[in-house]
Amino acid sequence: MKRIKLCAALAVTGIAALAPAAFAQTANEQFIPALVYRTGAYAPNGIPWANGTSDYYTMLNERDGGINGVKIVYEECETGYATDKGVECYERLKGKGPTGAAYVAPLSTGITFALTEKAPGDKLPLLTLGYGRSDSRDGAVFGWNFIAMGSYWTAADVAIQHVAKEMGGFDKLKGKKISLVFHDSPYGKEPIAALEARAKKDGFELKLIPVTHPGLEQKSQWLSIRQDKPDYVLLWGWGVMNSASVKEAAAVNYPRDKMLGVWWSGAEPDVVPAGDGAIGYKALMLQHGAGRAKIHDDIEKFVYAKGNGAAKGDDAAQAKEGQVLYNRSLLNAMIGTEAIRTAQKKYGNKPLTGEQVRWGFEHLDLTADRIKELGFEGMMKPLKLTCADHQGADLARVHQWDGKAWKVISDYYTADRTVLDPIVKATAEKYAADKKITPRDCSKEE
Amino acid sequence: MASLGSFLEVLIGGLLSGVLYSLVALGFVLIYKASGVFNFAQGAMVLVAGLALVRPLDWLVAHGFPNWAAIALALVFAGAVMALCAFVIERYIIGPLLNQDGLTLFMSTIGAGFILEGLGQMVFGSDVYPLKLYPTDAWFLFEGLFPGGVLVNKLDVWGGLIAGVLVGGLAAFFQYTKTGRALRAVADDHAAAQSVGIPISWIWFVVWLVAGLVALVAATVWGTKLGVQFSIVFLALKALPVLIIGGFTSVPGAIVGGLMVGAGEKLAEVYLGPFMGGGIEYWFAYVVALAVLMVRPQGLFGERIIERI
Repeated sequence: MKRIKLCAALAVTGIAALAPAAFAQTANEQFIPALVYRTGAYAPNGIPWANGTSDYYTMLNERDGGINGVKIVYEECETGYATDKGVECYERLKGKGPTGAAYVAPLSTGITFALTEKAPGDKLPLLTLGYGRSDSRDGAVFGWNFIAMGSYWTAADVAIQHVAKEMGGFDKLKGKKISLVFHDSPYGKEPIAALEARAKKDGFELKLIPVTHPGLEQKSQWLSIRQDKPDYVLLWGWGVMNSASVKEAAAVNYPRDKMLGVWWSGAEPDVVPAGDGAIGYKALMLQHGAGRAKIHDDIEKFVYAKGNGAAKGDDAAQAKEGQVLYNRSLLNAMIGTEAIRTAQKKYGNKPLTGEQVRWGFEHLDLTADRIKELGFEGMMKPLKLTCADHQGADLARVHQWDGKAWKVISDYYTADRTVLDPIVKATAEKYAADKKITPRDCSKEE
Repeated sequence: MASLGSFLEVLIGGLLSGVLYSLVALGFVLIYKASGVFNFAQGAMVLVAGLALVRPLDWLVAHGFPNWAAIALALVFAGAVMALCAFVIERYIIGPLLNQDGLTLFMSTIGAGFILEGLGQMVFGSDVYPLKLYPTDAWFLFEGLFPGGVLVNKLDVWGGLIAGVLVGGLAAFFQYTKTGRALRAVADDHAAAQSVGIPISWIWFVVWLVAGLVALVAATVWGTKLGVQFSIVFLALKALPVLIIGGFTSVPGAIVGGLMVGAGEKLAEVYLGPFMGGGIEYWFAYVVALAVLMVRPQGLFGERIIERI
């Protein structure tokens, strides 16, 4: 009898313990995982991103009660920018929440490459804002990758356009030397195909200078540059590599205003450690740069005023000033949540599956009015994604570090798709053939 | 003539970079020399020392302290933090493992390294913290002989001078002080040293403290070069080939090893790299180290171990 009582007690206790979990399964919540890195070699660049994402979701919950009443629940997973840990985080979080994850933003090209193989099986969109596989613009082949706003090939093309403009025209590029100092990883190697295509078209000599992770020591690379005297240096680094490059450039007296970084080499952590040595350094902007917009007021009012902000102590300036990576993270979170909102129009205001959210991404239409309404006016131009085009924009600008702040020094450039589209087509077709993927017929998708 | 100038520039730059690696390698040598333990936590100690220096320094400067006073106070604070680390490591990690197998001690330092990395970032932050204790601009030598001159970075020269002073001081410490001789006795045989009355706990605390202070010196140079940030822990990987070449027990060996690794990897990157796709210097340092091992397994300056059977 005693044993029966004990079993009954255990059963009741077990049910009581499981009840919250069971409740959570039916809750009106949309789960979004956040793959972040707040520690390790890339933490200085990862922290503002993690804070921006967290603040935007918190703001939506506080201001609007979530997305059309569906509360956002998110969970951070530390990847340390390591591909294996990133995949582990993805596997652990993809099934969480009542309907599984809505989408995943890997925040690493290496992790994106690995997840590109897994996402189709899990029917889970990957939002890779301005990074990842450049050929994933082709939504017919890469059905689950959304490289919204721009790819490395967009960046490479715009970089050459800017160099040409500074030199007085594309005809002046002929015979010039341009060096690419790049992180020796899938991320750093990604622009090479587009730069080689431009070198062939415009007649400049492209020299490739790899830097091994994490890029602490670059003396030999910069002594080579001093000897070689390139007309321009393009920088494709991440984390400590960026500031180390700028410092070494200063040490060998390479003019900083002849350096142009990709948009992942153009944030505050990339220049502040280099001190005065960074003055004059330029970088591409993924449309937006540093600075505040209306969205920052909302975040201050609904998140920081209530003591729920993610950026605390020394990090507070990220949100207050609207630093580059914090702002990009806000854009990333906004595009992801707007995709969910778009999908809700079709599937109803309830937690959605990854497959349903993909429909939202492929019908996302951020008009100028909607961008203004969302509080992002001035940070991005209209963006429209479709089944066939998972990128939706080809724009970038250039800003320059003056020792205290980034100053926008160019108007919008539009990447030349006559150069880039053939590369996208060729590599996407090869990928489809290698992986035995039958491309979707986007004309038949609703 | 221009190519000779370039060669000299790469060679000098490489030699001086190598001395900066030696600054980190010295910490490894000290602990191995005194305890026979390969201290995998040395990179983490450089990080913690750097963070414990730069964070109070920034705070003191922001609160109106004159630069010299802020630097002095921050150095004292960082030294105290390293003393605390030495005490905790000796008392709770290495001490309880006295007379255990060398591999066990090595594994314990791996654990200590991860704890230091995590705690250091938790307490002091994980951002990049700029530090400027030495000049970072360059001299251009022999401009009359070579077009553009031969570039020599002032920070590298400072690093070389500091390494020279450290090596001299440490050599004198090991050779002429009672504690130094006791350290060598402990390194030879823990049990025998204990049996003749050498206080092992105290000796190990001293050696971890000295290694911590050497880490602090390395952090001042590398922090000025890169800013104090997590990536500094990877310097341990740059110190490994230096140790293989110089020998794990030789202070001058750490310097010579550093010079060989620095010059070898820079010359290889600049002159062989373009033919091999570039980015070869990280592994080329190990090629140099393994080549030395083939000729002298104990390293150039390491003690030859002969065991009778």
